[in-house]
Amino acid sequence: MSGDDTGAEALLEIRDLSVVFDGFRALDGVNLTLARGELRFLIGPNGAGKTTLIDVITGLTRPAGGSVRFGGKDLVGRKEHEIVRLGVGRTFQTSVVFEELTVVENLDLAASFRRPLWALAGRRRGVSEAVRAALATTGLEELAERPARVLSHGQRQWLEIGMLIAQRPSLLLLDEPVAGMSQDERARTGELLTEIAEDHTVIVVEHDMDFLRRYASQVTVLHEGRVLTEGSVDDVSADPRVQEVYLGRAREEATDAVG
Amino acid sequence: MSTVVTSKDASVAPLPPGRPSWRARLQGPAVFTAVAVLALVVAPLVLEPFRLGLLAKYLVYAIVALGIGLAWGQGGMLVLGQGVFFGLGGYAMGMYLKLTEAQGGLPDFMVWSGVEELPALWAPFANPVFALAMAVVAPVVVAALLGALVFRQRVRGAYFAILTQALAAAFVILLVGQQGLTGGTNGLTNFFELFGQDLALDSTQRGLYFVVAVVLGLLYLGARQLVNSRFGRLLVAVRDGEDRVRFLGYNPATVKTVTFAISAGMAGLAGALFVPVVGIISPALLGVVPSLELVVAVAVGGRFALAGAVLGAVVMNYAKTVFSEELSSAWLYLQGALFILVMTLAPKGIIGLLRRRKEAAG
Repeated sequence: MSGDDTGAEALLEIRDLSVVFDGFRALDGVNLTLARGELRFLIGPNGAGKTTLIDVITGLTRPAGGSVRFGGKDLVGRKEHEIVRLGVGRTFQTSVVFEELTVVENLDLAASFRRPLWALAGRRRGVSEAVRAALATTGLEELAERPARVLSHGQRQWLEIGMLIAQRPSLLLLDEPVAGMSQDERARTGELLTEIAEDHTVIVVEHDMDFLRRYASQVTVLHEGRVLTEGSVDDVSADPRVQEVYLGRAREEATDAVG
Repeated sequence: MSTVVTSKDASVAPLPPGRPSWRARLQGPAVFTAVAVLALVVAPLVLEPFRLGLLAKYLVYAIVALGIGLAWGQGGMLVLGQGVFFGLGGYAMGMYLKLTEAQGGLPDFMVWSGVEELPALWAPFANPVFALAMAVVAPVVVAALLGALVFRQRVRGAYFAILTQALAAAFVILLVGQQGLTGGTNGLTNFFELFGQDLALDSTQRGLYFVVAVVLGLLYLGARQLVNSRFGRLLVAVRDGEDRVRFLGYNPATVKTVTFAISAGMAGLAGALFVPVVGIISPALLGVVPSLELVVAVAVGGRFALAGAVLGAVVMNYAKTVFSEELSSAWLYLQGALFILVMTLAPKGIIGLLRRRKEAAG
């Protein structure tokens, strides 16, 4: 349960990670350990470093110091696509699907990256097992042959999650999957998340406290680039420091507005 | 404009996924067959030799355009220097023809430039197989090296476009400067025979026309197959979201390099065909301006469809011939105006307009 628990089943181990942007420490000595099969929520106020942490794991941002070990391999310094090939997949806050391609083509590309490049010169015939499964999980079967540009915002997020599943990664990183979604879409995404977490290791970055209370079990709280606390949802939300971070921020903003 | 399209499409979204009817599926092959009959049967029958020769030249340019359609339309790489690859292919072929002419001696222009011994670079081009292979291999290798270097550093968009254009400019300077090696500004010309056939004969030119038309047809089918393959889907994905593609586990640099090399190979082959058809290869035919003209042609025809690229090359080069015969100075302005019109009013070109009319009618 503790962040420093280095069990044999640890899939992701982050040690003393720091990221500096123009002198600003976005991450400052972060430690995080994730066991295989775990569903972990990452929360914190704006600017706490949640997305930066995801960016470092996936190779988008270079850290100033520290290490990221995934399944025994060091991820720091590897290129984005190499990290994906090791089994780490992610989504983005603003979903990016390929609008000119159909839903099934989007999923098929996501599922095909392990094939050698020359094997891609053939036409896609039918729908592979991984794609079929992703279509079923996300409930996008009806829209399979439609171009992705006609999808609603929620459907795009699901397609993106579907593409992630189709990659068959061993670690999934979801960056604010319910941002901008309606209540119904949130509930649907929550169910989807629970389903995925059954057989995947998942990190979810989330802002939405309601969503968190309903679907989270283990939570890590980031604040100003550091891990503030870790634990179950109840423990974390009862923690006075967490309340201070969220409420204190609110108070500051209120005084700013007045001043 | 795009929002209009989206909302229109969204309104039909709940409909069950319609499989294309057999009619729609047969339409592509039907049009292709019709064009093939037109090009291989009708044109040689009705066109006088001079006009058929011009059509052969347009079709040669259409091969280059096909490569531009692949790299730019499908892959989003604005290639402004295809003349370099066209030139490499053209000079490879030209060198072979000059050496056959010289029959073991020195090509005429070398004698005039005071060169006394055949340069080592030229020697292997006496072999027709080597020369033809180099017409494709040299452009592919140059493009692959350039692509590997540039795309890995994530150079793209306008920077890549300017780079290719600068390459075309530099290539011309190189060719002009090496008078004894390349024939300088005059280039290579005065070709009389190809594989023992007299190039001045109408029958030879007619045969060349068939070769060009068939090569274009085969390359079109190959390019189409590529576009419809998983690789083609990946290429479109790279065009529309290169950064996102990385997170699907692919290296966009590889996808782009392969495509750029294929388009360069097409330009090289076109260059090799151009030389016997037109009878000359010179720096003026492959610099910045001819390279740009073909990009304009592809835009006018419709860069997002391979057929649009081919159509654009034929239509624009035909228009160029017509206007050069009537009022040559106006052509440049007309071309520029047409390009601006197409880019602002019909970004999908002639093909896009045709399809829209058909959709409106059906």
